[in-house]
Amino acid sequence: MPVVNDLSISVATANGSGSASSNNILFKSIFKMGIPCSSKNMFPSNIQGLPTWYQIRANADGYLGRKDVIDVMVMFNDDTADKDIYRVRDGGLIIYDDTKPLPDNLKRDGVQYVGVPANALVQKHVEAGPLRAKQRNMLYVGALAYLFGIDMETIREVLSDTFGNKPAVIESNLLCIQLGYDHMRDNNLSQSLAMLETIPGGNEGKIVTEGNTACALGAIYGGVTFCAWYPITPSSSLAEALERYLPRLRKDKDGKHTYAVIQAEDEIAATNMVAGAGWMGARAMTSTSGPGVSLMNETLGLQYFAEIPGVYFIIQRGGPSTGLPTRTQQADIQLMHVASHGDTRHIILIPHDMKSSFDLARKSFDVAERFQTPVFVMMDLDLGMNLWGSDPLELVQEPFDRGKVLSQEDLDRQGSFARYLDLDGDGIPQRTIPGNRHPLASYFARGSGHDSQARYSEDEKDYKETLDRLRQKYETARAYVPKPLVEYDAGIHTGVICFGSSYEAVREARDRLKASGVNTNHLLLRALPLSEEVREFMANHEVIYLMEQNRDGQMAAIFREEYPEFATRIVSILIYDGLPATAGEIVRQVEQHREAATNGIETKVDESWQKQIASI
Amino acid sequence: MAKANRVDLTERDYKGAESTMCRGCGHDAISASIMRAFFASSVDPRSVIKMSGIGCSSKTPNYFMNQAFGINAVHGRMASVATGANVGNHSMIPLGISGDGDTSAIGLGNFCHMMRRNVNITYVIENNGVYGLTKGQFSATADEGTVMKGGKINDMPAIDLCELAITLGATYVARSFSGDRKQLAPLIQGAVAHKGSAILDVLSPCVTFNDHSGSTKSLKYIREHLDPLHDIDFIPPYENIEVDYEEGTDQEVTMHDGSRITLHKLGHNYDPTNRMQAVTALHAAVAEHKFLTGLVYLNEERAEFVDDLNLCDTPLSYLTQEQVQPPAIRLDEINAELRK
Repeated sequence: MPVVNDLSISVATANGSGSASSNNILFKSIFKMGIPCSSKNMFPSNIQGLPTWYQIRANADGYLGRKDVIDVMVMFNDDTADKDIYRVRDGGLIIYDDTKPLPDNLKRDGVQYVGVPANALVQKHVEAGPLRAKQRNMLYVGALAYLFGIDMETIREVLSDTFGNKPAVIESNLLCIQLGYDHMRDNNLSQSLAMLETIPGGNEGKIVTEGNTACALGAIYGGVTFCAWYPITPSSSLAEALERYLPRLRKDKDGKHTYAVIQAEDEIAATNMVAGAGWMGARAMTSTSGPGVSLMNETLGLQYFAEIPGVYFIIQRGGPSTGLPTRTQQADIQLMHVASHGDTRHIILIPHDMKSSFDLARKSFDVAERFQTPVFVMMDLDLGMNLWGSDPLELVQEPFDRGKVLSQEDLDRQGSFARYLDLDGDGIPQRTIPGNRHPLASYFARGSGHDSQARYSEDEKDYKETLDRLRQKYETARAYVPKPLVEYDAGIHTGVICFGSSYEAVREARDRLKASGVNTNHLLLRALPLSEEVREFMANHEVIYLMEQNRDGQMAAIFREEYPEFATRIVSILIYDGLPATAGEIVRQVEQHREAATNGIETKVDESWQKQIASI
Repeated sequence: MAKANRVDLTERDYKGAESTMCRGCGHDAISASIMRAFFASSVDPRSVIKMSGIGCSSKTPNYFMNQAFGINAVHGRMASVATGANVGNHSMIPLGISGDGDTSAIGLGNFCHMMRRNVNITYVIENNGVYGLTKGQFSATADEGTVMKGGKINDMPAIDLCELAITLGATYVARSFSGDRKQLAPLIQGAVAHKGSAILDVLSPCVTFNDHSGSTKSLKYIREHLDPLHDIDFIPPYENIEVDYEEGTDQEVTMHDGSRITLHKLGHNYDPTNRMQAVTALHAAVAEHKFLTGLVYLNEERAEFVDDLNLCDTPLSYLTQEQVQPPAIRLDEINAELRK
């Protein structure tokens, strides 16, 4: 009996071959059937020719993390075929183009092969031209549809949703999909692995989007008026989403823009434009990834020290250096946490899904203005660029928090103003905005030493006071930033902490551990600085598995620094191969630690697990 | 009773903190010209934003117009900060102060792109050919063959910031000398009236590190090699002064705000609206070891950056939540699209 609605498909193609379109149709068709599903695009830093894999997971239980194993491999890239045949699990299925017979080196035991003569069929049925090679990929959509039970009507609807105003495109794609579908049917080809079945009402009301779009929309609803950015994968699509949505959403009655988006000449310019606009009082942002943050470091220090708000969306990719620009990682946490030289501590907001990407993006401008400092919104490629099914984005109606901005009337009432004076004991001074014409309003912002009146000062007392006040401001932020989401049962003494795109994999891993008798509590971290709730969680557990996607346990290092008394409780679960985290790997590392603990063997870093990940 | 200008301010109201420059520094003379120019043009300091990078020159915005907001940013990035500030609130009058190290070395790239965008700014480069604050190293505007205090000779050609500015799209390009207030003050007034990137390359001798024989930026050398293109006067829009206009000798340029610049030719037959002629004249001056001063280039046709952005009238920084947060119903529409 085939299982129902539990399936992972990996499509191997060459970059630039048009597979983005066919994969999208395939994914959205499964989504439209009401089956919870996710997609992971493992693409190269290249425009044409290098290999790319697109992994779709359909899962009735709603687990959206990457699946550990590949059930079906669509082997449409000759360059990687010899490895792709081993990426699929034993008992799995390989779909290949059997226009020519399969060479011996691509045959392996223990899997089922199903051929579709894609080349032959497109050559016969599609007019010669540049589109023909791209249309070939639609054949595997048809083949998969037949084999796994996606009906053609659903596909037709998705094509219409996607290419609504281009009937010719719909028809030509449909023709190729039908060719693949009919070939399977006419040759009585089948498989017994799994079936996809429509779930009535499933995915109803849900949207499909990627984190970069959700962040851009959040920024727009958060009142962003200024964005300066420089193209860099995987963050470009965030600024481009701004450019796409802003003209629709943010024109005044005369058709003029209530925003500006500037493509800067480099990240150094982008961050300094943000500083200039933020100093003026505009809600200013940029989006970039690790290399961009490296370049922005100096000005992040200026914004921190001169207390200029700004929002930095950081879509992390594989580092160091150019690293893996199109793969995912959470390895810039330390870079953000203490960005720039000297003593700094920065506020970081951490979305974990589409809704929180929207919410925290919106909120980030409040946080930046409240604390008059750069605020990071920490994303990663998996969250930012992959498609995720989600509940619809929702606007929480609340007034903007502009922080302690003084108007002319405020200055009249108050009768005095010192830009960097801590009146309230929370480390946050008052601020005026250029254009305020009150005689007391103006001040001189600077990255050099200054006193509470914003005057140049090299006085050691002034300097130390400023540093201490900035630290106080960070302490105040603990109670203001988004609180962690905690699942807690007092009878359980093992905790799991994760953040960002790891959330789905961790959720699934915890369920699997539970099934094997290991119960865990959970804390989803949503911001730095760490709040009181995090300390409580640390205090209430004997062992805490802290899952993150980097080699060195960067977040764990922050935890150990903040909670030396709990330092030994932390066990790092680390995934850093550039691929989206999987539940299986998390479970494996937890079990390995438990086993070592039970047997009294000192925990060692075992590298063999890396080799075990055969799946991509 | 001190004389008040049209916004009822006296010259005192344009002062800043006590300068910490070396005694006799050209930069202080430039600050004095700035105060003179803003006073003469009746610009309220509260409408001005003062911006700078790092270096001796970049410290000077603190020493004039206390009532203006100011920012002393990081080294070489004032051009980008100014771009963000100008877009963030385009109703403010941007004044940038930089040095030759700040602009022509570390910040060259960002400086170029600011001009390419034609960001509205009065951008003053206090050019002395050396790094003063780090004690006398050559900058990228040091002339070929000039000698450092210790005897080291510069063997690389200088970057001509005026020529660069013309090439990259700046629309008001001038060169002047810190000691020539009569020329510098009206040039600054013109720059402030101009909408777009106004670049003023102002020779400003460093009395401590670059004022010796062998230096081509010493006070003596500069004075001996100045070659003014014209006498210049700035007439604000509200003044109805008729100038004795001499055909063939005088040229008058009317700016967008109605103010006028009158140029009284001195020996040169020079038209600053002719871009090719401007570049040629700059080249000739370098070959002749002269400092060509005056309004080198003016283009009143090109739109400034914020016009290209089609910004709303209210400054971006003063928009309210009602003006910038779309209604929730628009999000519903987008959610519906994302279901497809």
